Amino acid sequence: MTAFFRIDRVSRAFAPEITLGDRIAAKLGARVETRSLQAVNAVTLELAKGETLGLVGESGCGKSTLGRVAAGILPPSSGTVALDGKPVLLNGRKATTRIQTVFQDPFASLDPRMKVGETVAEGPVAHGLVSQAKAGEYVSEWFARVGLDPAFAGRYPHQFSGGQRQRIAIARALAMKPDLLICDEPVASLDVSIQAQILNLFLHLRRELNLTCLFISHDLSVVRHVSDRMAVMYLGRVVEQGETAQLFETPAHPYTRALLASVPKLTLDDEAIVHFEPIEGEIPSPLSPPPGCHFSPRCAFVQERCRREAPELREVQERRFAACHFSESLIEQGSSDFKGFDR
Amino acid sequence: MTAVLEVRDLRTEFNTRAGVIRAVDDVSFTLKRGEILGLVGESGSGKSVTGFSLLGLVDPPGRITGGSIRLNGTELVGLPQSELRARRGKEIAMIFQDPIATLNPLLTIRKQMMMALEAHQHMTTKAAETRCIEVLQRVGIPDPAARIKAYPHEFSGGMRQRVAIAIALLHDPAVIVADEPTTALDVSIQAQILHEMRSLAAETGTAMIWISHDLATVSSLAKRLLVMYAGKVVEEGATGTVLRDPRHPYTRGLITSLPAIAKPGEDLLQIPGTTPSFLSLPPGCPFAPRCESAEASCDKMPETAQSDERMWRCHYPLGLSGPDPRGAQQ
Amino acid sequence: MSEQQSPFRRFWSEFQENRFAVLALIVVVVMALLAFFAPHVVPQNPYDLENLSLLDARRPPGFVGSGGYSHLLGTDPQGRDLLSAILYGLRISILIGLAAGVVALALGTTVGIAAAYVGGRLESVLMRIVDLQLSFPAILLALVLVALLGQGKGQLITALVAAQYAYFARTAYGAAKGERRKDYIEAALATPLSGRQVAFRHLLPNCLPPLIVVATVQIANAISLEATLSFLGLGLPVTEPSLGMLISNGFPYMMSGRYWISVYPGIALIILIVAINMVGDQIRDQFNPRLRK
Repeated sequence: MTAFFRIDRVSRAFAPEITLGDRIAAKLGARVETRSLQAVNAVTLELAKGETLGLVGESGCGKSTLGRVAAGILPPSSGTVALDGKPVLLNGRKATTRIQTVFQDPFASLDPRMKVGETVAEGPVAHGLVSQAKAGEYVSEWFARVGLDPAFAGRYPHQFSGGQRQRIAIARALAMKPDLLICDEPVASLDVSIQAQILNLFLHLRRELNLTCLFISHDLSVVRHVSDRMAVMYLGRVVEQGETAQLFETPAHPYTRALLASVPKLTLDDEAIVHFEPIEGEIPSPLSPPPGCHFSPRCAFVQERCRREAPELREVQERRFAACHFSESLIEQGSSDFKGFDR
Repeated sequence: MTAVLEVRDLRTEFNTRAGVIRAVDDVSFTLKRGEILGLVGESGSGKSVTGFSLLGLVDPPGRITGGSIRLNGTELVGLPQSELRARRGKEIAMIFQDPIATLNPLLTIRKQMMMALEAHQHMTTKAAETRCIEVLQRVGIPDPAARIKAYPHEFSGGMRQRVAIAIALLHDPAVIVADEPTTALDVSIQAQILHEMRSLAAETGTAMIWISHDLATVSSLAKRLLVMYAGKVVEEGATGTVLRDPRHPYTRGLITSLPAIAKPGEDLLQIPGTTPSFLSLPPGCPFAPRCESAEASCDKMPETAQSDERMWRCHYPLGLSGPDPRGAQQ
Repeated sequence: MSEQQSPFRRFWSEFQENRFAVLALIVVVVMALLAFFAPHVVPQNPYDLENLSLLDARRPPGFVGSGGYSHLLGTDPQGRDLLSAILYGLRISILIGLAAGVVALALGTTVGIAAAYVGGRLESVLMRIVDLQLSFPAILLALVLVALLGQGKGQLITALVAAQYAYFARTAYGAAKGERRKDYIEAALATPLSGRQVAFRHLLPNCLPPLIVVATVQIANAISLEATLSFLGLGLPVTEPSLGMLISNGFPYMMSGRYWISVYPGIALIILIVAINMVGDQIRDQFNPRLRK
């Protein structure tokens, strides 16, 4: 059986643009960066129909690049992306409307000079999902579904708040009747109370429309809330993948474990001294990743072998993948302390 | 313990073309030596303007129009800019969300730190340099004697924020105002900095005001918590107590909005509506239009109520039996 | 939330706050209207040689000539009523400035946006040509072209466009390069919309603000460039003098006390150009996000 949506061994590198000026500078002895940046390195992900996969990682881990490749905006350097067995890119151009994207910053993702109703109608009209004559009605319907007054369709983006703009962006994506929705940090730039509204809206629409989602976020508690399965990225690679609940309970990779421990938790005891267990050191530059396991310089469980030999992503438990030589013993050590609190 | 900072009825207003914006309205609190106070609110709550007001950094058309700020017993409101400048950095310092904005990209860290030091005290170059390296060491910059010669762009985001913190610490200020200092950082770096900030406060006795939108971060750092909404403090108290048993419906809404405390996939208990604009605030309680326990009397501004070392501003506080008698009388 | 307000309405209400800019705009509009309706406003058709009498030549302001009416601003060496000649000259100047400005805007914008949107080799080639052209003075290029093409309105406009499109191309390229990276373009490409739709419906409208600013300044420049060329005798035929030629015609008489022949057309030219630039400055300030209140 092939997966509904499959990202197959996708890599994406960014080569620095070397201009004539750079070449002259290099000749004169200046240091010119010629190494290419491996943003995404042989990542394979599969999504079943109706499933939400959370993709987490810190800045520079390649999650947004992977999201853009998955959305068909950015062609991969190698590897393929396919929906329902059909490739997403044809001759370097996106060939499907069944994948739609919601971007992080609703202030940047809406054309400031276009009325929001037109923004929502543009795609469906261009692809014949609705006739120009019926476009107004169609837009009203979608405005109502995302919780906006249809009378606002004639306004411009600057007249809306961040939360309302994100609703418009969601309406634009869903009005294309997609099967797969890619959400790139859709709530990261919103206030807490607005974030809750948008997450609720997202969960409702996902259920109603039986959407399959790739949900990219740096916020572990958001991913825990919305995703069935999740994948953790570090320096361009997936280091762990599995059921969300299981992954939070018993992380099989030291990075996942450390990441979970780093997230500040809501502290309810007045006298408690919160114990921080920060990961040592900084994220290495993707231009010169460390040899062996990329996480080894920061890993609390590092062994000699880790510095020599890069671990492959392997099935460490049923439907559970991790790229660590010692996952089994980590799982045995058991639970992380990532809990909010249950009221 | 003595209070290093006492703020009473602070009010900061901005005269704009569209009208007067009261971004900080009757804010009062006390900060003790070595204490970390959390100041929580969403965008437009006035939390950052409160921070700027404390340092006298509110730019026209904004100005402090009332109240008092006493730092180590000296009244700051009404002091001329020259005197405020003398105290700024020395007795009270600020850290911002974006360290890039505070560091000069054209000067080495050493030059910038030396300039900050010399602005306030005379010391030999040698002694000054020793001092700079010492604070850099303290904020966790590896190999500070070599790194001090670097330029800001040679540091990562987390390291840059550490440098900004080190500059704030140079004079051992009594108070540091930190405005969303870890918001732009990755969680693993944030955890490192939170860890260091707390030990700094404990070791040096520097008091901190930690301004953030993130309840979890604040709760793991601050013993006391101030919740702001539309320029007003709506609730204050010991962090755990407030989060466990909030009095103000807005505080409760903020907590129940967090996905971290919900069951995965279930609806979050959201607050309806959006933060009101300062130009069109409702007549009474600013939260009333979004509040599910709002009644007719909420169109009058509730007075602050206090008990058991906590304070709230609501006619119908949660967790108390019956409506607040003071509110009901009005 | 405020009631529905289009960007243009907002723009206009902000524009009105600068009184000097409004005044300048009124001046520009009045001069344009006077120039456009010149045949109905002025006493004489200065291009009709039958109306001209050499007896009336070089008369001072206020002189009542053979036509029986007073020459308010005096007459020129051909015996033209100077007021009539100025308004007719203004008409030609504005017409040529506008035509050159609009054509240069269209051409430059197309080049700039195509380079930014398509990228790659096309970008390098187009922008290097533009850079090359920007590196030597516009007037030199215009001089060479007029010399090659000969006299006439069409030739003059061609020369002005060739000299000026590069400014528009640079501006459009810079703006489009910045907008191209923004999420709303990415969102349009992700829908996916066709390249034409993205370029015309999203990219172009968002690149317009800086182009409008450059356009106002360049129309003023085109007018003064045309005046310069005419002054040098390379512009329009002597029978249809533009402002530059009027100034040139009066030049030999400047020192003999007949100042009005050069000075009045000069004043008209200066007022027009200063007014257009003031309007342009205000538009630029309004588009500059850093000066936004």
